[in-house]
Amino acid sequence: MSTATAPGLGADHLAHVADSTATTPRGTTDGRHGIRKPLALVGRLVLCLVFGLPLLFMFVSSFKPDLQIFGDLGSWKAFLPVGDVSLDNYTGVFGRVPFAQFMTNSVVITVVTVVLGVVVNSMAAFALARIKFRGSGLVLGLILATLIVPFETLALPLLWWVNKLPFLGPDGLTEGWLDTYQVQIIPFIANAFSIFLFYQYFDSIPKELDEAAKVDGAGWFRIYRSIVMPLSGPAIATVAILTFLPTWNQYLWPLMSVQSEELRPVMVGIDYFKQLNTSWGQIMAYASMITAPVLVLFIAFQRSFINSIASSGVKG
Amino acid sequence: MKLTPTPKRIAVGLLAAALPLSMAACTKGGSSSSGGAGGELTMWTHNAGNKAELAAIQQIVTDYNASQSKYKVKVQAFPQDSYNQSVVAAAASKKLPCILDIDGPNVPNWAWAGYLAPLEGLDDTLSKYLPTVLGKYDNKTYSYGYYDVALVMVTRKTILDKYGIRVPTVEQPWTKDEFTAALKKLKASGDFQNPLDIATSFTGEWWPYAYSPMLQSFGGDLVNRDGYKTADGALNGPKAVEWAKWFRGLVTDGLVPLKSGADPAKDFINGKSAILYNGTWTAVDTRKAFGKDTLFLPPPDLGNGPKIGGGSWQWGISQNCSDQAGALDYMKFAAQDKYVASVARDTNNIPATDAAAAQVKGYEKGGENQVFLDYAKKFAVLRPVTPGYPFIATEFTKTAQDILNGADPKQALDQAVKDIDANQKSNGYFQ
Repeated sequence: MSTATAPGLGADHLAHVADSTATTPRGTTDGRHGIRKPLALVGRLVLCLVFGLPLLFMFVSSFKPDLQIFGDLGSWKAFLPVGDVSLDNYTGVFGRVPFAQFMTNSVVITVVTVVLGVVVNSMAAFALARIKFRGSGLVLGLILATLIVPFETLALPLLWWVNKLPFLGPDGLTEGWLDTYQVQIIPFIANAFSIFLFYQYFDSIPKELDEAAKVDGAGWFRIYRSIVMPLSGPAIATVAILTFLPTWNQYLWPLMSVQSEELRPVMVGIDYFKQLNTSWGQIMAYASMITAPVLVLFIAFQRSFINSIASSGVKG
Repeated sequence: MKLTPTPKRIAVGLLAAALPLSMAACTKGGSSSSGGAGGELTMWTHNAGNKAELAAIQQIVTDYNASQSKYKVKVQAFPQDSYNQSVVAAAASKKLPCILDIDGPNVPNWAWAGYLAPLEGLDDTLSKYLPTVLGKYDNKTYSYGYYDVALVMVTRKTILDKYGIRVPTVEQPWTKDEFTAALKKLKASGDFQNPLDIATSFTGEWWPYAYSPMLQSFGGDLVNRDGYKTADGALNGPKAVEWAKWFRGLVTDGLVPLKSGADPAKDFINGKSAILYNGTWTAVDTRKAFGKDTLFLPPPDLGNGPKIGGGSWQWGISQNCSDQAGALDYMKFAAQDKYVASVARDTNNIPATDAAAAQVKGYEKGGENQVFLDYAKKFAVLRPVTPGYPFIATEFTKTAQDILNGADPKQALDQAVKDIDANQKSNGYFQ
């Protein structure tokens, strides 16, 4: 943990000095600087509109009757709550799909997958990053190699497998996981990308900490639980966020593996509205309701979310 | 680099919450039971979200369950948009239910693939059904439907009167020239950017269902129906090329939008188009908007008589049902005219039997919907009855889209024929 810099001259301080010296030459080009700032602002505004307007359209349309949604399409009225505005579409949604049930299912599936995903993948990464054993590099390589296989390729073989797997539950030993919660959770707990993220992070934590803990009598699990995990907040946040989004958005797998309505997640519910006479207002209302939790979480954890994208280089 | 007490508490709390949840998760649901174990017959339908049809089907099931004590039918509803994927996935894991509904043109493929069992002992009952609602393959009947739908040209009498366009009839539909002239007149008025909307924004089965009848009306077809061994000559012959050029011309002349809006019926009601080519399912909304001014016209005669697609959702039983007798018993019970009438009434579709039609308001003699029944009887053409149909449908959709987007008609059709023939051949012509 030793550093080459003197006290008070840490990396943050040096960065600050570097930044402040860099402002001197910039100060001589006031004109260019003066143009850049508004241009950047305009750029951000355009980006904000590009991403924000569809959401605004969805939300506003959820209060309008179908004919008006289409009538307003040619003007800015499409983005304004004007005309025949009501909560009818929301009432219609509750009459058409068991929304509370779908939402509960999605929350259960997502929370359990995220929490167990953090635990299992961090343990796997801990073993690979901190415990020396023969072939650990090969194991890591094999895990990472699975990243190039798209889920669509695995879906049918996975379906075949889960249909054969035994399960010990309250009904005793049963065969086949189809049409259950566990079929929507367990296959998605272990995740190569999450293991890789944890591995990278754990690898950067000084190994001297393990040695010191071992001297104090700690075992591997104690080191994992009391030293490595408490130091890995950013990695946990990143993995949690990157697991949350695809799990919440699961569509293909529940479509294939779940038959009972009472076990379906919210994303499959959107199909309930796609009939020959489509109720667009209800689709918008439903979409608003299932997007809201994601938006709320995004706003609450905005900083962690941006950091997770920056550190992982992927977007959920 | 250190978890502060609050996030730590949250993390521990989440973990604590997850474990019992995961236990609960694993207990709820249990393993699925499809088939007919213990007298329970599972039934799948594509009607989740379609309250009217689901309620009508549920009523039949309730009546059946009350009528006897040996079997109990249990309904599981799936959303239509993803129903086929669910069925194919279930078939792959041998978890098909005993009774299921099927989109008509898929019946030969599902029968050939071993998903469906033939309906034995129903010949007399089904002889009264419209031929287009029966799913047949290899001289056996695998399914029947309660209703059919028809394709119509929806417009308003006031529009045709205003522009001096003749109202066509079943006996005297528009000819190709008359139809084109009418569209050009509407276009020239400047009142409509694209006077005709043929719903090009729809996806999936709509393309072969809606546009292959136009090809057939020209004298072409999707495949040679004699043995279904090749599409050569049918899909790329002179008549088919003529259709393709005409089809493309509708777009280049501005008579039809290259891509319709998300909901062409709503656009028609909002006055964006003068004529809407769509199914009879639009009748309720258009009548609500325009009342008696609404016209449901036959499609034009493009040379070989007016044609429309035939066949809608039908019911069958799966081959891996462990209680075939029970499933067949239900199918016999559910084939009664009163149920044909109730489902057709609740879904605003064409009843599959004359006896049922007499019980449904609008379909009685002289009723406002009788014209739909006439179209279904006189103009409907079944989509090719071959297990290769799903491939043919996909190929036709791709080709028709290419043609609308400017591909050379002859080249595009030749390529489609090549691909369809190769598929039929590689599957041993589904013998």
